[in-house]
Amino acid sequence: MDVLERIDQQVKGNPIVIFMKGTPQFPQCGFSMRATQALKECGVPFAYVNVLQDPEIFQNLPRYAEWPTFPQIYIDGELVGGCDITLELHATGELKTLMEEAVAKAGGA
Amino acid sequence: MRRAQRIQDLVTRELAPLHLELVDETHQHNAPPEGESHFRLLVVSDRFADHKPLARQRIINGLLAAEFATGLHALAMHTWTPAEWFDRGGLTPASPPCLGGGKAT
Repeated sequence: MDVLERIDQQVKGNPIVIFMKGTPQFPQCGFSMRATQALKECGVPFAYVNVLQDPEIFQNLPRYAEWPTFPQIYIDGELVGGCDITLELHATGELKTLMEEAVAKAGGA
Repeated sequence: MRRAQRIQDLVTRELAPLHLELVDETHQHNAPPEGESHFRLLVVSDRFADHKPLARQRIINGLLAAEFATGLHALAMHTWTPAEWFDRGGLTPASPPCLGGGKAT
């Protein structure tokens, strides 16, 4: 499968997915750490892709979304932003709402 | 010209910011300190008024595409209108610690 299709599958197939350096348990970048922290604090399950384990995605994700940096957070198939926007949305409480709505829309609990 | 100067010049020219802060944070990361690869940018401009946060950051990313293509690795961004900035008390949030290893113990 083409790498852009693989990325698209992750983005469309998960209500919430973060493309990050490392894992939520062991983030390998401060920005990825902060973004996953915000997602975790919302108490809604999310998927992740460790871009350091997938060179193809690492190289091609920036052109998929025309977004040059990691992490990238997608909710309901849309790029929400990177670390800064995610933290701002978390500070206002919007992040939890967006996550809950995406999960509900996908038919989850 | 150094990258920091180019970024400042470009953003100033294109967005006419009320306030601009650019901090080179490369030394905090697992990267050569002279590489100018990690920055934090605060831009306060009324040009952002009609745009959501993602669109605002896309404007900056677009302006700096040539820098991203030549070694700019991380750019933390705060893109606020003057009103939003004053609401926040005129502060710049701090960057997270690097987790990439390579630090002297």
